[in-house]
Amino acid sequence: MKKIEAIIKPFKLEEVKDAMNKAGVTGMTVVEVKGYGRQKGHVELYRGAEYDVSFVPKVKVEVVVSDASVDGILSVIEEAAKTGKIGDGKIFVYSVAEAVRIRTGERGETAI
Amino acid sequence: MKRFKKPIWIVLALALLVGLATAAFSDDKPAPAPVAPVMGGATTVAPAVATAPASTAVPAAAAAPAPEPQGDPSGANTGVASDAVGEAPGSPTADDLAKLGKTEPLALKLADSVGHNKIAINMVWTLICGFLVMFMQAGFAMVETGFTQAKNAGHTMAMNFMVYPLGMLGYWLMGFALQMGGVGGVASLGAGTGVLNNEFIVHLFGKDFGIFGMNGFCLSGITYDTGVFTLFLFQMVFMDTTATIPTGAMAERWNFKSFVIYGIFVGAVIYPLYANWVWGGGWLSQLGKNFGLGHGHVDFAGSSVVHLTGGVIALAGAMVIGPRIGKFNKDGSPNAIPGHHIPMAIVGCFILAFGWFGFNPGSTLAGADLRIGVVATNTMLASAAGAFSSMLYMWKRYGKPDISMIANGFLAGLVAITAPCAFVTAPVAVLIGLVAGILVCLSIFFVERKLKLDDPVGAISVHGTNGAFGVLALGLFADGKYGDGFNGVAGTVKGLFYGDPSQFLAEVVGVGANFIAIFAISYIFFKVLDKVVGLRVPEEVEIEGLDMAEVAVRAYPEFNIKSVHH
Repeated sequence: MKKIEAIIKPFKLEEVKDAMNKAGVTGMTVVEVKGYGRQKGHVELYRGAEYDVSFVPKVKVEVVVSDASVDGILSVIEEAAKTGKIGDGKIFVYSVAEAVRIRTGERGETAI
Repeated sequence: MKRFKKPIWIVLALALLVGLATAAFSDDKPAPAPVAPVMGGATTVAPAVATAPASTAVPAAAAAPAPEPQGDPSGANTGVASDAVGEAPGSPTADDLAKLGKTEPLALKLADSVGHNKIAINMVWTLICGFLVMFMQAGFAMVETGFTQAKNAGHTMAMNFMVYPLGMLGYWLMGFALQMGGVGGVASLGAGTGVLNNEFIVHLFGKDFGIFGMNGFCLSGITYDTGVFTLFLFQMVFMDTTATIPTGAMAERWNFKSFVIYGIFVGAVIYPLYANWVWGGGWLSQLGKNFGLGHGHVDFAGSSVVHLTGGVIALAGAMVIGPRIGKFNKDGSPNAIPGHHIPMAIVGCFILAFGWFGFNPGSTLAGADLRIGVVATNTMLASAAGAFSSMLYMWKRYGKPDISMIANGFLAGLVAITAPCAFVTAPVAVLIGLVAGILVCLSIFFVERKLKLDDPVGAISVHGTNGAFGVLALGLFADGKYGDGFNGVAGTVKGLFYGDPSQFLAEVVGVGANFIAIFAISYIFFKVLDKVVGLRVPEEVEIEGLDMAEVAVRAYPEFNIKSVHH
């Protein structure tokens, strides 16, 4: 089992969700987050004085999938979230040790 | 409660007790002789009285010895035949009433009804406009809170809220008496207002200089009159507009205790003084009569009386309290501290603009004065022009139409048109707005970059700079179509470009007097307050946010990251 964390532009959430549903992902968790990458945010002017907009709003999508489907789902997210401009985000993949469906007590890949 | 120093509360309680004692035990004695010249405050109805010998409303106007003015608590006897005199070109004159009335008693009775209705229209108009101005407090609260940080939102709101009751009580105790106690009556609100006839006058160079009024403390005794109460309400909400201006310039670092003392003091003393000089029959209003300077210092609805005063208090306050932590770098360059709720601030701007339709047109103190149509339209035109020019300026200069500055430009246009709104043409109203919108931007940068003062919402520039510009613009552009007899000077009000340079001079003197007197009083007041009570919150409170420490509740408890940031 793998956990995919995709940090994407907020307005791309619907597209990414639809694309993943099509690719067979059955559930996901979404968090509103703020952060910056290589650009270190940007500088804005307010009342003629500069200030740093260092934390840019993003959405973090978390899904856990079977080992076999990871590659396919990664490319689906990549495709759906891409605009080609700075700030499209990042995807991280982690190994997951165990999963439990609380209602039935199922374990492992059947629980996801 | 232990943390509060007792002496402050004892002083406040004493002040209140003294006020109540005044109310209970002393009837203000009417002045033995009419001391105040004919003055209608902002009203221009006064001239009608000045030329109408039959009117007993204003003592100074009567050729024959006038009966002692009396308050009319029920209003049943307010508004009589003499109030109908001079209403329209074809209205009966005082002579008509005296001569023809003898043969036509029914006409006399009808004239009484007409007079009563006229005063009724004026009173309803003045009250409704006062209610609109009262709602501007909500606008100020939203603008100031929207343009400051989330971590201080509860505190900024609390100041904007409490300045209303605090200022009002101070104004009721003594502010109103100091301001209007010697105005000599406001004819448009009935003859009962004639009880406000006790001005403290200094004689210099053979001339009278009215300094402050002395009737109407706690609205008690002889000033128990429907017209006086109406006048109180209208003038009170104007005072509160001034009172709430400095809370913006001193936001996010002012401790609540010293703010409370300020709130009472501004309503009781600082504001009423200059307001007396211009609207209460004081010396600035008499510059025309005494020294031939136009119609004296003319300020129709308060560019100087309300806004310049507020801006100058804000300037003194910002100087004494110092900048917010993190506003200026070591090299003196400023940092931006963005407001946390732009939508709130913009809605606040609209509420202010709506309230301004009470502020300016209401300053006729007379719904029967049809110039209100011109006043209201000039007011809205100037606000539009101010928003437009500040937008273009910021867009061109800094790349984007900064909405917070546009909001300031919009308000700057309103502030600048407040004095001249009744005296200028529509194109000039637009011109005044256009200049105000750019002036406010330049002033904000000057205050921040050159004076190194921290004014989070731009109050000094919106109200101070443009308040001064507003009265000067009147002195330049008054077109001579209105204000016949204003401040007891015959003829209409004309500015420099319309043939009367002395009117401009009177406006300059008014601005100078405001800056010197109000700045001196405010600076000393804040300095003393700082020494005795302390103006600022402790450093750690300022960094963490004032809400918890000062008013015991966070504005946005569920958003901790946002509220602590910056």
